[in-house]
Amino acid sequence: MLSPYYIQLVILVGINTIMASSLNLIIGYTGQLSIGHAAFMSIGAYASALVTVHFNFPFIASLLFGALVATLFGLLIGAPTLKLKGDYLAIATLGFCEIVRIVFLNLDITGGSVGLRGIPKKTTLLTVVVAVLITIFVLNRIINSRIGRALIAIREDETAAESMGINTTYYKVICFGVGAFFGGLGGGLFAHFFRFIQPNSFGFMCSIEHLCMVVLGGMGSMWGAFIGATAITAIPELLRFLGDFADYRMVIYGAILVIMMRVRPQGIIGQRLSADQVSIGEKLFNRWAGMGTGGKRG
Amino acid sequence: MFVQQLMNGVILGSTYALIALGYTMVYGIIELINFAHGEIYMFGAFVGLLLVTVLDIPFFLAFLLAMALGSLLGVTVEYLAYRPLRRSSRLSALISAIGASFFLSNLALLIMGSQPFSFPNPFEAKIYHTPLFIISRVEITVLLSSLILMIALTFFVQRTKIGKAMRATAQDKDTASLMGINIDRIITITFAVGSALGAAAGVMVGIYFRTVTPTMGFMPGLKGFVAAVLGGIGNIPGAMLGGILLGIAEVMGAAYISSQYRDAVAFALLIIILLFKPAGLLGRPAQEKV
Repeated sequence: MLSPYYIQLVILVGINTIMASSLNLIIGYTGQLSIGHAAFMSIGAYASALVTVHFNFPFIASLLFGALVATLFGLLIGAPTLKLKGDYLAIATLGFCEIVRIVFLNLDITGGSVGLRGIPKKTTLLTVVVAVLITIFVLNRIINSRIGRALIAIREDETAAESMGINTTYYKVICFGVGAFFGGLGGGLFAHFFRFIQPNSFGFMCSIEHLCMVVLGGMGSMWGAFIGATAITAIPELLRFLGDFADYRMVIYGAILVIMMRVRPQGIIGQRLSADQVSIGEKLFNRWAGMGTGGKRG
Repeated sequence: MFVQQLMNGVILGSTYALIALGYTMVYGIIELINFAHGEIYMFGAFVGLLLVTVLDIPFFLAFLLAMALGSLLGVTVEYLAYRPLRRSSRLSALISAIGASFFLSNLALLIMGSQPFSFPNPFEAKIYHTPLFIISRVEITVLLSSLILMIALTFFVQRTKIGKAMRATAQDKDTASLMGINIDRIITITFAVGSALGAAAGVMVGIYFRTVTPTMGFMPGLKGFVAAVLGGIGNIPGAMLGGILLGIAEVMGAAYISSQYRDAVAFALLIIILLFKPAGLLGRPAQEKV
């Protein structure tokens, strides 16, 4: 039988898989860099925990509530920024994540910096496994649908996608909303497992951890998100005998991001972003069309 | 009172403007948000602090050395994290930039610890009273040095040959290289100059707020970027204007609305600009070239 320690580890891997695969939809499949995914986790965690504590919501309903509130905020932050080129989204999500943290630190209802205590423990191994399966199933269905093809087209070439009649803003906002929904779900599961949440657990570090999972496992791959989440969650635990690994963890995350982009941008098992390889064909096409050398992409 | 707040806003804003210049110059040339810029600002503050406290070097010399070492770090980051990805997708370059930023701030945390360091006051604490506001000697130094740096930068970009090459590269890399401009060299120089300004801002904030921490680069880095977007990213006078306006907005927001949410002001401003004037105050809307 699994010891409580391993059950906790598996549950964490499950929650992180939900976070990583929902972020993967935004980054890996749509090519939009969101670095504030922890904000949705935070909103989902607080929203679901608060309705459980104050209104005695059933577990499933509180999880759904948290996820829907996260979606609402995802749409609110996504709609103005996703109209523009991707870079702004990165900064906007980063700022948004900070603001959510600051607001939760200063509100009374969230317990401020002390955190929210006394959340009933409702997340079990079974609920996490079911939630992971639902997440992966739904995301997989989305990716293999008309929406998914539109998202991938946006990642490959936004201008070309638009000229094919894809309403790029609309699809980007949808993708962002779905990502926020599952991010919020992960947060709800997190809150009902640890029974205690505080704003600083969902800061920039947490977002970077999710990003690292996606990048390490492979952008644009469902299995990649799972492998990344497992590796990033489990390896620090396995290396615990080496001493206090936590001190170096953050430095290593930073290094992973830089090195992976240089050495293997597609991650362990991800798809290669085609923008990395089209340059020659694009150059030839542009030369043929007499329109410069396509250096603008670089 | 109002004039005093305005003055505080301008002083704070002038440091944001210096940070914003680094973002805007790099973005103008390679269209990349240099996330590690906030860490170069932090690095500048630490170098200044260590030179003044440990080696007992005179403040202005330490200030110049911090700028020099800051620009060295900026060039190194460009060489290791950005240059190999020049032909990759923008997403890869952005992720690499975030990784570099995260790496540097956590390395500093590992080396220096999370305790804040206090910056010794390099000047006698003298305060000048004018009819409308009071200003300390440190504040005058911050204001004057940022002004001098901004004038020097404008001269450099507008009047020197390298500045001309930078402007040409920002307009069109390919044509510029056909005209015999060494693009790699111009990018290196851009990073060097931008990082020197960022490090200068770090030292100034160090003497202004008197504390230095490894994570101090995060928020000002974010705000510097907001200032650059506010002025119109890629636009040098825009970054100066954007920085000053952001500083004023933040101080006014903290004074008249709520000081707990002062960091939220920059972000709210960003959303408003993105909604109504994404090209920024002085920027021109970019034409998408296909």
